[in-house]
Amino acid sequence: MYGNDFTASRQQAAPEPGATPASFQAVLDADGRIEPRDEMPEAYRKNLIRQIAQHAHSEIIGMQPEGNWISRAPSLRRKAILMAKVQDEAGHGLYLYAAAETLGADRADLLDMLHSGRQKYSSIFNYPTQTWADMGAIGWLVDGAAIVNQVPLCRCSYGPYARAMVRVCKEESFHQRQGFEILHHLSHGTEAQHAMAQDAVDRWWWPSLMMFGPSDSGEAASNGHTAQSMAWGIKRFSNDDLRQRFVDMTVPQAEVLGLTLPDPDLRWNDERGHYDFGEIDFTELFEVIKGNGPCNHERLAHRVNAHEDGAWAREAAAAYAQKQAQQQERRTTEDVA
Amino acid sequence: MSRDWPLWEVFVRSRRGLSHVHVGSLHAADAAMALQNARDLYTRRQEGVSLWVVPAASITASSPDEKDAFFDPAGDKIYRHPTFYDIPEGVEHL
Repeated sequence: MYGNDFTASRQQAAPEPGATPASFQAVLDADGRIEPRDEMPEAYRKNLIRQIAQHAHSEIIGMQPEGNWISRAPSLRRKAILMAKVQDEAGHGLYLYAAAETLGADRADLLDMLHSGRQKYSSIFNYPTQTWADMGAIGWLVDGAAIVNQVPLCRCSYGPYARAMVRVCKEESFHQRQGFEILHHLSHGTEAQHAMAQDAVDRWWWPSLMMFGPSDSGEAASNGHTAQSMAWGIKRFSNDDLRQRFVDMTVPQAEVLGLTLPDPDLRWNDERGHYDFGEIDFTELFEVIKGNGPCNHERLAHRVNAHEDGAWAREAAAAYAQKQAQQQERRTTEDVA
Repeated sequence: MSRDWPLWEVFVRSRRGLSHVHVGSLHAADAAMALQNARDLYTRRQEGVSLWVVPAASITASSPDEKDAFFDPAGDKIYRHPTFYDIPEGVEHL
């Protein structure tokens, strides 16, 4: 999508492995955008395909925890809003798969890799959505964290990814607001409703902070992909900076909601000009990534079933298109004769 | 048969008076489905009043390998721009 430039990148002259073409570096140095048929290091291309695919997978798997509540939304208004949000997630997945395809990836291959567990999606979707208030907490916290992560990607060095993210970010802001509104109503409702809202926030707060990934500044900066991604202009800020930004934005919002965040160490630090917060227990996140989260199996099984159950519809559409094309061809031949 | 439907490029006219602009691509079995998918994917918030879908395979693009040679002829013809010309002070409507 977003300008395929209409040559499969497989047909491009493959650069030497490990080499950085001068034209590529010149575009990066000028803070320009790399477009699909430009020369690029093979590692840059592969890294982007992996990142964009994981992002796309997250969008479509992310339809499940919320789709779970469409039939039980408390009003027609809430139901319509939730359906629109889940449709958006599907759309975001499609924008991103198309962006990955501009790098020479094949969407069917990417889906295969999701279905066989060779590519991951965001671990946040492996947590269950237990109450209606979870729809609020997901919109406010999970989508809120996603926005903080995604806004810098609108300036990512790869043009098609950046353009996809501009669309995604525009649409996400409604997601976060509708979540905030759900929690605001519950929090100012009956005692039981307030407790439900608080319980949801208590469960989603720490997983939302983990969405930014492991610590990658200070001593941890030498590990992982952050330094390389920053050199390539794919990543603009460290995980820790983005997490801090999210905390700083969210704490005052929680006060307006009349809800507390489950961290006894959370307090304003005048010296730093930021909120301090407690240490994150990543052992749980790593368990979830390994596949031991509460919903890993269910999410993937549901996705695979949906894909397999839909095979007949895809085949029927292809057969219909083929038949129409044949008839059209016959009519054209008859006209000529 | 390919494992996925063919790729289509989508162009949206956002409102009357503007031209269609490329917004992205999608997969669809045929043109009618491509139009419907384009509506659902790219105009969920009334972003357009008209849509074009074009099979990606039908588009011919200039080659990046000969980018310089291809666009060079315009490079030294700065006299095609009005700012190239010196106009005496005080001359108006020119």
